[in-house]
Order: sequence, then structure tokens, then C-alpha cells
Amino acid sequence: MTDRNDGLNRRKVLECMTWAGTGVLWTVAGGVPTSLGIIDEAVAAEQKGFTFLQISDSHMGFDKPANPNAKGTLEEAIGRVKALPERPSFMIHTGDISHLSKPSEFDDAERIISQARLDVHYVPGEHDLLDEEQGKLYRERYGRGSKGAGWYSFDADGVHFIGLVNVVDLKAGGLGNLGNEQLEWLEDDVKGRSASQPIVVFAHIPLWTVYPQWGWGTEDGARALGYLKKFGSVTVLNGHIHQVMQKVEGNVTFHTARSTAFPQPSPGSAPSPGPMKVPDDKLRTMLGIASVTFKQNEQRLAIIDTPLQG
Amino acid sequence: MFKTTSLKTIVVAGITAFLLLAVVPARADDVAVKIGNFTFGPQDLKVKAGTTVTWTNEDDIPHTIVSANNFRSKPLDSDDRFSFTFTTPGTYRYFCSLHPHMTGTIVVEAATGSIAPPP
Repeated sequence: MTDRNDGLNRRKVLECMTWAGTGVLWTVAGGVPTSLGIIDEAVAAEQKGFTFLQISDSHMGFDKPANPNAKGTLEEAIGRVKALPERPSFMIHTGDISHLSKPSEFDDAERIISQARLDVHYVPGEHDLLDEEQGKLYRERYGRGSKGAGWYSFDADGVHFIGLVNVVDLKAGGLGNLGNEQLEWLEDDVKGRSASQPIVVFAHIPLWTVYPQWGWGTEDGARALGYLKKFGSVTVLNGHIHQVMQKVEGNVTFHTARSTAFPQPSPGSAPSPGPMKVPDDKLRTMLGIASVTFKQNEQRLAIIDTPLQG
Repeated sequence: MFKTTSLKTIVVAGITAFLLLAVVPARADDVAVKIGNFTFGPQDLKVKAGTTVTWTNEDDIPHTIVSANNFRSKPLDSDDRFSFTFTTPGTYRYFCSLHPHMTGTIVVEAATGSIAPPP
């Protein structure tokens, strides 16, 4: 991704930027015939933009000093979602739903998250695959219609969403891992799509290298991003590191969301990435949710991180 | 000499065996590995065959101890333990399958002291 020449040229990017805002893009990408009347309707429908939410790292079952009440803070987060003035289209959850993959933890998550009354698209975190059969429980509950360890894609409002799993078959000394089977599926999944269709990729561990000393990155993430080079607008949403971090590289925006359970230290600022105990009155400023909006005339999605407090 | 085993030899052998029996099962050979700050401590360990190594998770986050084809612990929550007795000499590399940057090595030497090739 560092080689700009491999990416889109300036003219192409500008083309995409224009398209992304008009609503024409959504129509074309959705495969709807390009009749003018239909396009106009689409433009009208997209004027306000389209918003979805990201929540992450609920860690149901976590009860350590960093937050003895992870259930309570997830409830607060869902309370925030319910109170939003504009109802989002749906929600994505970027993994670590549970702390130890126990059925009761998944039950608690389901009971609380369902109160938002939104469709939720999940990908697993490493904490969700800790049952005896390494993910059977997760796949039974959340994996319907998914491939392999739980990856899938779908379209919404003309945007192509891709949920990836990078927490399976991790190698000693390595980082997150997508694996060949999933990467081949991804290559096939985006093949033939218009370069002007906005892409949203979501996975648990950051697909970009945040801090390899703490395992914060994905071994073969660059290969995944390579398949997305032709697209004018790519947004990569992750969790795992329990803090907001953003990077823009060419046409790709990388963003990580806060946890609803406990904060983790910024890279290298502590001896380990373990749960960070902060003063009680600070905790809720470090937990939260993210809302992502496609807005008119903007290539990049508007991402707003909202803490539970402050 | 072997054909004319004296009473003295038998007695000496008996005493030796008794001493071995008394010494070998002693817990002195069992070794503890602490998991703290996302590291195994000590990270590299040399033990004699027959040693039981016990890992204790002192972090506020679960960890596992996995050595491909050798052993795989359940996820250890805080203060949980996992033990494995190393009977076969060799080099055992292991890691935490949740946090793969956490790695460690146990070198198991034959009880006589020489290192056998990996199993």
C-alpha cells in the first residue's frame, strides 16, 4: 500500500469521489438499471446518507478490576444506540462478544444487544472461539450463511460489506491470520465489482500493523488489502485494541473502535496490552460505540466515535 | 563379578534403589511457569525428563498454552493452572493461541543429562 502508483490515479479517485456522493453510485452498484428516473429516486433516497453502527469487544463475563461490570457498560452502550436521533440501518459487532465463549456469556450479549432492535452482523474475536471445538458455539449462533470460520459479505445501500475472520489458526510468534482459503474467497468476492462501489471491511484484529510487539496486526492483511486496491473508497473497521485509532493510506481508511467493556493501553505505553485500570470516573470516557455514515460528496466515510460519557 | 554377586553388592544396590526411590519422586524437580504481562516466565526452561511443569495465569485476561502435536491447555482464566509432565526428551516450543506473540520453550533432557533429539 505504500506504493502510490499501484493505487488509483488522481483522476480516478476524483471520479469515485464524485460518484460516491451523487447516489448514482449506489444505484449502479446495486445492479439497478440505470434509468434516469430510478437514479433520481436513488439520489433522493441517499441525500441524507446512510448510517450504521459499530460496537466491539463486549467481553461478556469479564469481571476484573478494569471493569467489574462489563454487562452494565454494554447496557449503557445499547442505551446510547436506542437514544440516537436518527435510527441507523444496522449494526456490526467486531468480535470478542464474550470473554470465555461460555453459552451464558453469549446469552447475555444477545439479550442486551437485541434491545437495540437492529440487525447485527458479527465477526468473531479470539475470545469467542474458546469452546472445546474452537468456535462451534460461535458458528452455531452467529455463523448462519457464512463460510469457513465465519466470513461473509453482503450489500447494503450500494455499499459492499465484507466480514472477515482473522482470529483462527494463529501461528506461534505471529499476528492475526486470515489464511489462504479466506483470501481466495475474498479475491473472488470482489472480482468483477465496480471500482466505484464503496467497500467496508470489518474484522476483529486490525488488518493493518498497529503494534506487532503486542500482536496488533494481521500477518496476511496486506494481501487482503491488495485485492481491494482498485476500489476508490475502502473503509476497514476493527476492534481488539480497545481504543480509537485511525489511519488513512491512499484510498483506505483504517479505524478501530472502543470496547464497551474495558480500555487497553496505547501501544508501548504499558508493560503489556492487558486490561487497563483507570479511575472509576474515567472509565466511561474510554468505552463507547462508533457510528459510520456515508455522506454526500465525500469519498471517506464519516466515522464518529461516541464514548459512554464525556 | 556379576556371576558372584555378593550379599554386600545386593545390599548396596538395595540401598541405592531405596535412595533413588526416595529422591526421584521428590517435588524438587517440578517447575512453575508464571504467565504475567503477556509473557511466560521463565520464557525458556531446561528440565529433566519426568518433570511436571505448571503454568499459572496471573494476568487479568485468559491465556492458553499450546504446543503443536504435544499439548493444548484449556483457556486459563486468572489464577487458573495447567500442568504437563514431560516424559520424552526434546525441545518443546509452545505459545498462547489467543496472543501468539507469547512464546516459550521447554528443553527436556534425558534423566541421565544428555539431550535427545526432538521427538
